[in-house]
Amino acid sequence: MIALFLAVMHSKIIKTIVVITTIVYNFVYCFSLIQSEREMQPKNLKTMQTIIHRANTRGHANHGWLDTNHTFSFAHYYDPARVQFGMLRVLNDDVVDGGKGFGTHPHDNMEIISIPLSGDLEHKDSMGNTAVIRENDIQILSAGTGIYHSEYNKNIDKKVNFLQIWVFPKERDIAPRYDQKTFNPEDRVNKLQVVVSPSKESEGVWINQDAWFSLGNFKKDFQTSYSINQKGNGLYAFVLEGDVTIQDQKLNKRDGFGVWDIDAITIKADSDAQLLLMEVPMN
Amino acid sequence: MEAHILVIGRHPEIMDVILRLINGENGWHATGALTNEKALELFNDNNFDLVLIGGGVDEESLNDLANHFKNKNPAIKIVKHYGGGSGLLFNEIQEALNK
Repeated sequence: MIALFLAVMHSKIIKTIVVITTIVYNFVYCFSLIQSEREMQPKNLKTMQTIIHRANTRGHANHGWLDTNHTFSFAHYYDPARVQFGMLRVLNDDVVDGGKGFGTHPHDNMEIISIPLSGDLEHKDSMGNTAVIRENDIQILSAGTGIYHSEYNKNIDKKVNFLQIWVFPKERDIAPRYDQKTFNPEDRVNKLQVVVSPSKESEGVWINQDAWFSLGNFKKDFQTSYSINQKGNGLYAFVLEGDVTIQDQKLNKRDGFGVWDIDAITIKADSDAQLLLMEVPMN
Repeated sequence: MEAHILVIGRHPEIMDVILRLINGENGWHATGALTNEKALELFNDNNFDLVLIGGGVDEESLNDLANHFKNKNPAIKIVKHYGGGSGLLFNEIQEALNK
């Protein structure tokens, strides 16, 4: 009896050991598989992130002389979900009545880019600059330690429509600076034309930030791609005219689309279209 | 929302604009300081909800001031202001007060 009891117990102990060994083996095997799969993947591989801001969801304000749409929170339009895209803080689509404009007012520590889409804008600032910017011009104001300026519609009988874009500076309290350049629209037909860049040698106007802006005028069905200049930057696309598809996202006039955690994007013109691309640091 | 705001900057005209804009808002009360000494004096004598750091305040001053403010009132909110009394001012204050 004792021999039989011992034999049964021995058999149970062996079975238990086998079961435990099998469980431990399977666990170690699965863990090593997961580990090896992880090692095979490229490091820092992230999933593309996107955000869309449809044209009709922008904050709107009509001040009589100024009819404006804010892609991001501005003045008394405040939506905590739409404060900025990385270092891109303001994207205002302003229409100003003939002869009217923004009286002299100060700024500091902001990169302010103005892009006239139609009409003429007269600029005056405390550095003594007086200039008129027109369609195909890009103006930049590095406010730095502080600057005063005014922007008026140059024409009495015609509205001016321009984009007012603000980017947080890379460095605070730099000496204020003003620049403007005229770009040839032929150089952006079915290609991207750099109009803002952090490189002083580039054709674009210089910005105190690791940011690149490009314009493109695309014929229907034209396709291209855009590669991020600086790793970690995001890209915000704003459709000026027509319809485009970016990374399978269909966009229409004045829609905004932000993409980040990606190295390059694809662009397709679904109609004749004009596009502004703004590459900015995400933090 | 009631809020008492200390604005620190170095540019008198920009300071005037910022104070005018903030004080024009219902329930917001702003006081300005153009020097670190004045800022410390005002902070010690008043109860502020928010400190807005404007242009021209160097990093060293900013860190010294922030340390002093935090030591005296750990709940104080300190915000670097960008834009110089622009359309961002209300957003910056609202964001900070809502946190």
